[in-house]
Order: sequence, then structure tokens, then C-alpha cells
Amino acid sequence: MGIFKHLLDKRLLTLVSFLLIAACLSGCAERDRQKPEVLVWHWMTDRDPAFEELTERYKNQTGVKVKFELYAPSDAYSQKVIAAAQAGTLPDIFSILGERRIFASFIIAGHITCLTSQMNADNNAWRNELFSNALAVNEFSTANQYGVKAGIYGVPLDTMNIQLLYNKDLFKKAGLDPDLPPVSWQEFIEAGRALTAAGIPGLVSGWGEIWMIDCFASNLAWNLMGKDKIIATIKGEVPYTDPDWITVLSLFKEMADTGMLAKGMITMVNKDAEQAFANNRAAFAFNGSWCVNVYRGMNPNLNYATMMFPRLSDEHPVVIWGGAGASFMVNQRSNNKEKAIEFLKWITAKQQQVYLAQTTNNLPSNKDSLSAIAPSLRQFADDMDKTVHPSLLPAGEHPLVIEAFDKGIQSIIIGESSPREIAERVQRVKDRERR
Amino acid sequence: MRDSVKRKIKNFLGQSGIHLFLILVSVSCIFPLLWMIGSALKTQQTVFSDMRLFPAQPHWENFYTAWVEGGFGIYFFNSVFYTVTVVAGIVFISSLAAYAFSRLEFPGKNFFFLMFLVAMMIPLPGSFVPLYVLLVKLHLVNTRIGYILAMINVGLSLSIFLLKTFFDKLPKDLEDAGRIDGCSKFGIYWHVALPMARPALAVVIIFNALNVWNEYILAMLIFSSKSLMPLQRGLMVFQGAHITQYPLLMAGITITVLPIILIYLFMQRHIISGLTAGAIRG
Amino acid sequence: MKPTDRSQVKFKPGILQNYLFILPAVLIFSVFYIYPFAKTFQLSLCQWDGIMPTTVFVGFANFKNVIFRNTAYWWQSMGNAGYITLIALTLQNLLALALAMACDRAIKSGNFYRVIFFIPPVLSEVVVGLVWKWIYNGDYGLLNYWLSQIGLSGLTRTWLADPKIALTAVAITHSWKGFGWGFIILLAGLQTIPRQLYEAARVDGANAWEIFKRITAPLMVPVFALVSILTVLGTMQAFVLVISMTGGGPGYHTEVPVTRILASMIASSRFGYACAQGIVFGLVLLVVSMLQMRIGKYAKTD
Repeated sequence: MGIFKHLLDKRLLTLVSFLLIAACLSGCAERDRQKPEVLVWHWMTDRDPAFEELTERYKNQTGVKVKFELYAPSDAYSQKVIAAAQAGTLPDIFSILGERRIFASFIIAGHITCLTSQMNADNNAWRNELFSNALAVNEFSTANQYGVKAGIYGVPLDTMNIQLLYNKDLFKKAGLDPDLPPVSWQEFIEAGRALTAAGIPGLVSGWGEIWMIDCFASNLAWNLMGKDKIIATIKGEVPYTDPDWITVLSLFKEMADTGMLAKGMITMVNKDAEQAFANNRAAFAFNGSWCVNVYRGMNPNLNYATMMFPRLSDEHPVVIWGGAGASFMVNQRSNNKEKAIEFLKWITAKQQQVYLAQTTNNLPSNKDSLSAIAPSLRQFADDMDKTVHPSLLPAGEHPLVIEAFDKGIQSIIIGESSPREIAERVQRVKDRERR
Repeated sequence: MRDSVKRKIKNFLGQSGIHLFLILVSVSCIFPLLWMIGSALKTQQTVFSDMRLFPAQPHWENFYTAWVEGGFGIYFFNSVFYTVTVVAGIVFISSLAAYAFSRLEFPGKNFFFLMFLVAMMIPLPGSFVPLYVLLVKLHLVNTRIGYILAMINVGLSLSIFLLKTFFDKLPKDLEDAGRIDGCSKFGIYWHVALPMARPALAVVIIFNALNVWNEYILAMLIFSSKSLMPLQRGLMVFQGAHITQYPLLMAGITITVLPIILIYLFMQRHIISGLTAGAIRG
Repeated sequence: MKPTDRSQVKFKPGILQNYLFILPAVLIFSVFYIYPFAKTFQLSLCQWDGIMPTTVFVGFANFKNVIFRNTAYWWQSMGNAGYITLIALTLQNLLALALAMACDRAIKSGNFYRVIFFIPPVLSEVVVGLVWKWIYNGDYGLLNYWLSQIGLSGLTRTWLADPKIALTAVAITHSWKGFGWGFIILLAGLQTIPRQLYEAARVDGANAWEIFKRITAPLMVPVFALVSILTVLGTMQAFVLVISMTGGGPGYHTEVPVTRILASMIASSRFGYACAQGIVFGLVLLVVSMLQMRIGKYAKTD
């Protein structure tokens, strides 16, 4: 027992001393000596160094100290913002992740300042600088379903869209013309057949993340039935068992039947799908504008280009999913509202937007800074006017319906359910949630 | 004579069979570790295209880059500090409680034990909101002590449960001897029961150390100063929303995993030489 | 070792002193658990999106919906978690026991193995996910490669997108990652068995199986119970690997309760509903664990 007593005493000593140090250190927890005048919370890890540089420049130009605090990954960030909203400790500027209803709740709860008057000042000076598609995501129209007072509530920091890309080398290998990507849906499927025959996986995308499936289906639906019918469906006037919706679901079955979908893509996260496309393991990718950066990092020699989403019907325009990338909101209860708004004006001005676009390779939200961006990114930027976003619709679909729809598409692709069965299942969820 | 040869052969075959089995399992355990280290030595371009486990031109500088870019210096110190204090707190507090639940009598004992059991079972999905509000009210937000107390709470119930099971299993004669010697209750707990429970304590230490070392959700919630954040904050730098810098991430993870393996190397001696030695010599 | 204690005398001061042992635990627990728990329970009776300053009281409607309306495959996700747990209880724990017994028998280089088997629990989920996704990949996966090398190319498939296999594939990865914990705890338990008992049995001419049945198993019952309860809790509540390997797909085939709770909370921002799901889930775990403890006690007295 003596041995243990000795050991324990020594350990007890360390324990006690550590606890003492703990008490000490926590008592004098580090405080910033100079409190920032504008505090920003964000989750964009890859943009953090660029933000640091910009705050430095801003301080030199105006003397105002801005501080960016990073909370990542996005789940942790969302939790922090939600908890801080309840405790009343939100910073001067923050951004919101998640669907439009959450955005609306933040506004109704009085956490977000309306920026319409600033946007419209001096003949819409600020407003005209920014892409209208990106701004629309932050705007609530009159008589919106959420009961929010009409106005603009956020400033887009950058924009994004999701496109189809194709690998030119693999196109050549399969005997397809690398300069003439498919234009119609039929050609797209034919290309898929040719690729499958050549033993090349066709399309890869991170469809384990169901929102990526939703983007693809959304493009198809807008082109096939147009905006009004989609709105009518969300309002409950058109059922999901409508022939048009069943056609949308059947198109996924058509792709699966040709064997052009990369194996396992329905359970892949998007980063895995990017890994496959970057290493020439699939001929098509359905991916967002951020991918330029990803592919360049993984394989600078990747020979690829964007293509327009294949056309299904001439009745309605072909659209692509997109809008604002990240947006910033100003805290309604902040004591430094004016300074915060001034800073947001500055960071969305041309010079700063060019800097951000060049260092982080995101599409700028400022229209005038387009000329300064890299050509590979340019292809994405050129299609910004064709983007649509669910936020543009006057009503939003219930999340459970969206989940049933997207997960249903996974089931169709593995041949477990037919498009009709899924349409009926989605409609059942819709009926249940409407009650 | 023939029998003994037969027995030797049988023994040898048995031993080889066991070894073959152990080696097979070992290979599956070592492979991901080697893959991680190998990937840390590649570049972003070769990490998924170069199929060799170790690249022809290893980029050892990735470890340096990861350390500097991740800002690991201060995070490393913070994590060591949190791990030591939280684990010490859990070991002390949970062993006291577990000993009481196992050996002492008091009204409401079952109720309290059940309370800790329930805590172990029921996940509280939305609890981060009231927890944060509470910490703000107590002025514990963005302080080390707030994080330490919250983390002690996280590991408490499971540790109490684990230790109580082992205390229940210990023979009571030594404690009786201690009582006759005139030890106080606390003295018996401290000088007799605790040393005998060393294998279980080692398990509790390793389990909680790993838990604290890998934690980041609570840290993100509670801290706002970068200077207070733990190690996992450094790894976030390499995992952007869209871009993951795989080689640097792997180098960073390697840096964070090695200390845990070292702690384990040190602790596992205690798991092995724990009770049997204590019971005989005690 | 101050002889001032009067614990032999059974009156109140002694009992009060007993409370001192659990006081620190109860204190921390009350502040950091009971309060959030009470709040969670309160929220489970409300409709709330996590942001609005006001909540709408709806009584037990959330519970009714969770239990009876089975929204978004809730009970199926519970079944999936149950299936993974079943595999973990058998495959993972048998492996852990076999390895612990092999290492307990003073085998040469036992120390080496003891460290190796601890690697999977230590490895980050990121690494485990990446490596196992590579193994299971349908186009260039290692498993398919090995199968075709030994002439079983008929068995190759896209393991994580096959509705019949995906859950088992995830369960195997989970068991591989988790067996190290069972190994450590079981080894700690085995080490507490006095060696003399084994020697005495061997002198009596007992073979390995008899020794296991007569000595090891009965003495290990509490540890078996502990490991099996920890396995159930650890496996039922696991979700990180699921998210990184399959995202709950294909369809709902690998969804588990925690991913469903997170979906309610984050994707559809129904906090009250998520809290009710959490409590229902916890009660199921509680009942299962209580049953296990009963079985453990029964086996002990048997």
C-alpha cells in the first residue's frame, strides 16, 4: 500500500496544482484590449485570411476597427447564431444558414435591420452595384407568406450557381465531340449511352447531400412546367402526381437506366464526387461555381468546360440553380448599426470584390468587378442571369416534402421504387403537412 | 514422449493460429493509420491519384505547414490544459460518486443513481440553447472555467456508471481491514478503493481524454477568443465549406492523434498491472 | 487516516457525510444537465422554430406525432440503429472478447497488440470515413478489387448504394472502429481475475473451454453487462460515420434516430418536435438498458 500512497500523493499534488493554474488562468481569461467597433461572425473558413487582410485595409482607410470571428463547420456556426439570438448576444454583423423561413423568423424576432433605404439612397446607388438575382434572395416582397414587412434584409457578399460540367478528354475517348456538348436532354442521354458503352462513368455529383438532387430536379421542373405551375404545386393546387412531376421523376430513371450515373453517387458527399471528377473518373459533373478552385487544386490539367443545362422543352426557358452565395445581415439591436452598414457598403464595392474574387475564387456580388476574374470562373459568371432560387418564389415548400421528394429520387435511381410510387408518397407527405 | 511432442505441436499450432488472427486484425488497424501518414506526405494533386501508400517524394514540410497554418501552438497548449483539468475533474468527482453509489448507504441513493443513468441515455438535441443562455447569465461564456465545467458534465454520467460497475466487483475485505485500522470513509476511498480500481480509472481517463481532445462543438459555442480555442479549431482551417486541403488536414490529424496514442501507451501499463498487483501487495 | 471518524456509529452525521461523496457530481449535474433537460422537456411540449421569441404550447402533440404518426421514417431509423447495434453486440464484442483473452494470456508481444487495437478508436472519423469509402467504392474500391482477384467478381457491387447491403457495410465499419473500447474494458476485467484460479483449474485437468465456462465467464458477468450496455448506448447514438459514409441514404436505408433528430432541428427547424424525438429515443434506450441490467443481475445470481 505504501507504493500507492506515494504514487497517489504525487498525483494528488499535480492534480491540485493543475486545478490552481486552471482557476488562475480562467480568472484572467484573455480580453481584447481594443474592443472592435464592428464585430462580424462567419463560417467561411476559406475566406478567413482574405477577411483579415480587408479589415486591415479598412482600418487604415477609415480608422474603424472591424473584427471577423470564424466559427466552423457550418453546423457549429448555426448553433452559435441560434443560441446567441436567444441570449441577445448576436454580433453587429452575421449571416444566416438555412432556409427562408429561418431568415423570416430572425427578421420577425427583431434581429435584422431592414436595409432598403440604404440600398435605395442616391438613386439606388448601392442596389445597382449588385447582381439583382443575388439581392433577390435577401428580399421579401409585399404580402409574402411569412408575414415579413417588405424590404431588403441582407447584403450578398458573393454569388454562386450550380452547373453541368463535362470532361473534354473523356469525351474524346468515347468518340464524342469535345467542343459540342449535348444541348437537348435527348443528346445528353445519348452522350451518356456512348460513355457507358466506352466504359466511362457518365455523371457524378454529391447526391448523398439531398439538396444537390433538389437543384437538378428544380432545373428540370422549371424548364418542363415553368414557374407558375411550380408555385401552384407548392400552394397545393397541383398535386405531385401530376404527369409533369412524374415526368421529372422519370428523367432520373432514364439516366439510371442508361447506366450513365457514376456508381454510388447517390450516397456520396459532394467532396467525394469532386474527387472523382477531378481525377478523370467521370465525364459529367453537376457542381457549384466553387468547384473551379477545387479542381485546380486537385488536378490543374483537368480539361473541362461548363455546358448549359440540357433543354427538355421549348415552352419554358432553361434555368440554372443559383443566387447569393453568402449574405451578411446587420443586427437590429447593434449599437454600431451605421458603422456596420458602412462597412458592408465598402466590402461590396468594386475594389474589395475584385480582391475577394481573386483570392478566394468565388463569384463576386458586384457586377462591375466581373471583368477582373479568372476565365475559368468567368464561364459561371456569364450565366448568372439565368439563375433561379427557391427564395424567389412567393411560397416555400415544406422541408419534409422536399426530403421525401429528394430521397424518393434516390430510391428511383437504385430501382427500388417507380416514379409514380414516389410521386404518390410525396403527395401523401404534402397532404399530411398541409393539415 | 510422443504425447509431449504432440502437445508441443498442438500448442505451437494454437499459438500460431492466435497470432495469425491477431496479425490480421492488426493489419486492418494499422492500414488507415499508415494511409493517413502517407496522405500527409502527398500533395493536393497526388493525394487521390498516387495510389502508393507512401509517395516517392515525401513532402515532410506538410507537417510544418500544417502546424503553422493551423496555428497549432496555442491550440495545443489549450487542449492539453483542458484535457488535463477536465479529466482530473471527472476522475475525482465521478470516482467519489461511484464509490458512494457502490459502497455507502443513504436515502435516495437509487434515485440519484437513476438520474445519472437517465442522463447517459437521453440525448438533448436542443440543449445547446439553454446551456448557452445559462452560461451567458453566469458570465461563464468565453471563459476557460465555463468550458471545463461543461465538459466535466459531459463525461460525468458514463464515468460514474463505469466506475460503479468496477467498485461493485471489488472484494470488500481490504476495505473492512482499513475500517478496522481506523481509516475514515474518505481515507478508505482514497487509500484502499481508488488504488484497487486503477484499471477502471485508466479506462475512464483514456475515454474522457479522447473525448475532450476531439471536442469542438461546445468550444465553438462557448468561446469567441481564438486564444482560448482547442486543437480541433486548428483542423478547421483545412476543411473549408467547399475545399478540403487533404494533405495538410491529414498532417494536422496526425499531429493531434499522436499525443493520444502516447497517453494510451503510458496508461495501458496501468490497465494491465492494476488490480492483481494491488490486491496481492496491498 | 485520521482516526476521528465515527462511521461505525449509524446516525445522521455519517449519512450526511455520505452525501458529501456525491455532492460535487450532483452540483455540476444540476447546473449543466438538469436545467437544460427541464428546458428541453418544456420545449418538447411546444411548437418552436428555434428563433422566434415566443413558443406555442401544444401539449403532448409532438410526442403523439413522434410515436404514432411515424413522420419521416422515425421508427424505421430506430430499427436501423437496432440492426447496427445487434451487429455491434455480436460481431464487435465477440471480436473484442477474443482479442482480450488472447492478450490476457501473457502472449509474447501482447503489449504491441494492445497498442495496435487502440488505433481505430483514436482515429478521426474523417480518416475512417475516407478509407472505408475507398474500400467500399463501386468503381475503384479495394473490396471489389480483392473480390475479383480471388475470382469472386460476381459478388462485387457498389456497397454503400445497395439498399440491402449499405446498412451492414456501415455497421461493419462502426464495429471495426469500436471494438477497441470493448477490448480495453474486457481486458481490464480479465486482469482482475486472480491467476491462481486458472492454475488451480488447470491442475484439475480442465480444458480451455471449461476454464472459460467455470471461471472466466461467471466472474466477468458484470463486465459483460457493462460492455454490452456501453455498446448499445454508443451504437444507438452514433451518427457521424453515417453522415460521412451515406448521408442516411440510399433513400432512408441508413437513417438512424440521431440523424432524424438533426434533420428535424436543422433542416426543418422544428425544435419542439426534435426535443420530443430526443426524449422518446432516450426512453427507448433507458428501457433497453434496464432490461440488460436485469439480465446481467439474473445471470450473476444464476
